[in-house]
Amino acid sequence: MRRTALYDEHARAGARIVPFADFEMPVQYEGILKEHDAVRHRAGLFDLSHMGQFWLTGDMVAPWADTLTVNAVGTMKPLQARYNLFCNEGGGTHDDTIFYRLEEGWLLVVNASNAEKMWKHLNAHLPPTGVALENRHGTRALIAIQGPRSVEMLQAHADVDLGSMRYYFCREGHVNGVPAVIARTGYTGEDGFELFVDAEEAPGLWKALLSEHAAEGLVACGLGARDVLRLEAGMPLYGHELTEAITPVQAGLKWALKLDKPEFVGKDALALQLDLDRYSRIVGLVMDGRAPAREGYTVWLDGRNVGSIRSGSIAPSVGNKNVATALVAPEAATDGTRLGVEIRGVTQAATVVPLPFYKRAK
Amino acid sequence: MAQPEDLVYSKEHEWAKVDGDSATIGVTDYAQNALGDIVYVELPKVGARIAQFANVGVIESVKAVSDLYTPISGEVVEVNEALENDPAAVNRDPYGAGWLLKVKVSDPNEIKSLLSAADYEKIAADAG
Repeated sequence: MRRTALYDEHARAGARIVPFADFEMPVQYEGILKEHDAVRHRAGLFDLSHMGQFWLTGDMVAPWADTLTVNAVGTMKPLQARYNLFCNEGGGTHDDTIFYRLEEGWLLVVNASNAEKMWKHLNAHLPPTGVALENRHGTRALIAIQGPRSVEMLQAHADVDLGSMRYYFCREGHVNGVPAVIARTGYTGEDGFELFVDAEEAPGLWKALLSEHAAEGLVACGLGARDVLRLEAGMPLYGHELTEAITPVQAGLKWALKLDKPEFVGKDALALQLDLDRYSRIVGLVMDGRAPAREGYTVWLDGRNVGSIRSGSIAPSVGNKNVATALVAPEAATDGTRLGVEIRGVTQAATVVPLPFYKRAK
Repeated sequence: MAQPEDLVYSKEHEWAKVDGDSATIGVTDYAQNALGDIVYVELPKVGARIAQFANVGVIESVKAVSDLYTPISGEVVEVNEALENDPAAVNRDPYGAGWLLKVKVSDPNEIKSLLSAADYEKIAADAG
């Protein structure tokens, strides 16, 4: 089991530690609902150092990456960030990632659970020249500050103007004097930043941010709150809404597909799937009742098994209703369709709704 | 939190308060803390006959579904309906407002098989 550079901070704060993707990670500090509330209304601090960070350099990075991913890499502007997916030949999802185009190279952030698989995948497809890869998984840290007050809290520590930074852009600067890639990205549905720093600098930065902004409501948050936040915001989690068997098309990520690229792994399968339009797909569900829908529960339509739940949780930002994602047959996927979710042998009513469940006020 | 002395406890982290042939049942402070934020409680129906240590319902936190066991046999005479709208009462007040159900005790001898506050405290300390 591995530990991030911030493990001692989590342990000292009394966080509940669970194994996640080969790392001992905090699932909660004071409580998932309290941490969720802080991110929606003030700000929360997350240790995401378990995520894979790969450093890509060379003249051929963009054209090469464009052959392996569904979204465009070559058209990214300097200091832009872009969500992208790697697929297999069948169109299923190998990983969902973010590319950051920096001044001297590219930062590719991959899921912790897929970091080893992705490192092998990239190396197996490496061209003879023009691309160099460096694996920084575990040696670089990632701290996210997320929530409506994250700009004002972080600005006091940063030497770049955060207010003028656009969503899904980044800057190379300093936070408390520590060299950092500061990106306006996140996985909570709120405004916020992700800070990529050297692992040895992470504890000092973590402690400074928490202690200096505790009075304004900044709290440390665990993976439990992060999962509720991302589900409300309609963001897929690898292993749930995306897998080697679930394509970006099925997950509702058609917007990320650039089918006008000459070729990329999975393109033909994805184009055919879109064309036939017969695929099972990820939908949002709101339960009528109070029993939470959980991963794996069967979904019924008129007495037929039409799919299963992929994620589910109580959703404090959706009127405290129980929400879920489900992978269902196309005839069960229209907004407003009434479905049944089987919970311990009893079918509970649910309605198909558009994703996301929660959108922040702009 | 110290365990109330006037209750008996199970190894599965439930408590019972026995008063004559009636018993009130809930989960311990250790249990509510281990579960985290409780968002749903599913209890047996009034009139149901439940057997000692049988699975009689579920308690769900944000992250997990946990089985609920009864420490004592009997007929369910009342369930805490307030938990439907306020399941967090189990977190806030596990020995008070967060009680789960009341049973008419069918075998008072079962109480001897349950734990004292001091003995339960050792189990909770080892578990946690």
